[in-house]
Amino acid sequence: MREFTEEQLERYSRHILLAEVGVEGQERLMDGRVLVVGAGGLGSPVALYLAAAGVGVVGIVDNDTVDRSNLQRQIAHTTADIGQPKVESAARAMRAINPEVQVTTHHCFLDASNVRQLVRQYDFVIDGADNFPTKFLVNDACLLEGVPFSHGGILRFTGQTMTVLPGKSACYRCVFREPPPPDAVPSCSQAGVLGAVAGMLGTIQAAEALKFLTGAGELLTNRLLSFDALAMRFRSTPLQRQDNCPVCGKEPSITEVTDCGPILCAA
Amino acid sequence: MRITLNGEPAEFPVERLTVTELLRSQKVEAPEMVSVQLNGTIIYSAKYNDTVIADQDEVDFLYFMGGGADRLTGGRQQ
Repeated sequence: MREFTEEQLERYSRHILLAEVGVEGQERLMDGRVLVVGAGGLGSPVALYLAAAGVGVVGIVDNDTVDRSNLQRQIAHTTADIGQPKVESAARAMRAINPEVQVTTHHCFLDASNVRQLVRQYDFVIDGADNFPTKFLVNDACLLEGVPFSHGGILRFTGQTMTVLPGKSACYRCVFREPPPPDAVPSCSQAGVLGAVAGMLGTIQAAEALKFLTGAGELLTNRLLSFDALAMRFRSTPLQRQDNCPVCGKEPSITEVTDCGPILCAA
Repeated sequence: MRITLNGEPAEFPVERLTVTELLRSQKVEAPEMVSVQLNGTIIYSAKYNDTVIADQDEVDFLYFMGGGADRLTGGRQQ
């Protein structure tokens, strides 16, 4: 059993007070490893909350640099970070909150050549990617490696998220078979997004990671949680694993990751 | 017929509709950005024309939703 210092007991006291977390749960967080894919609108709040929670190792993968137009919602970055790699500015913000957390930065594209070896080093993965090829790549890699993950998506005033336990609950491909045609896809840069919506969705994903590591409660599996912040309505759509899912169905056709289109790891 | 559409009761003055017709009646602008679940089963888009929705069915439209990036970056963007 880990010895907590006085400072740690103080820092994590509000976790330790929770019956579902306690000292044991906090220890599990401190032994936990989470990979955040994308240091953008979703990855920013996730990374900050995971650091604040004292998750032992937080990996963050992104190839992008900070742009002024990111700052409306990507709260891990500051005006002074413009032009800097997002993984570096996110890591600085995380270490400023909690120097105990080991932040591992991966300043690179995520693609079929590196995704499996990356995700297998972690207990849980957060998909905060902005593009569908990367979302499908993360899904397939996590399914093949048996690593649980949280899917997240946002657009305009809406968001959606689901947690996937490989082989146990519906995966992203059970619901969304393959990436939509690129010309049909509205991105946040074209369609816009309310900054706080990224925070609403990202903090749900962070909570799922913390619940997974501590074992507290019931994960957002076999449900797609979606919300519309304009009406401020939430809905949980029941889902189930699909027998004909190409990656986790009875006769899977996907047994290796492939770059099913241009792959990026921005978010 | 009466169905449950996205968790809400919905009534149509016909006895049956194909998925394609339902998407059209709901003014879904980009059907390629929607996954349709009928009574717990995800319907392939290739089967939208042949899949019939009947009384008491439960239908969900699940929208593709990306992330929070301002732009897609790098040399391999689409």
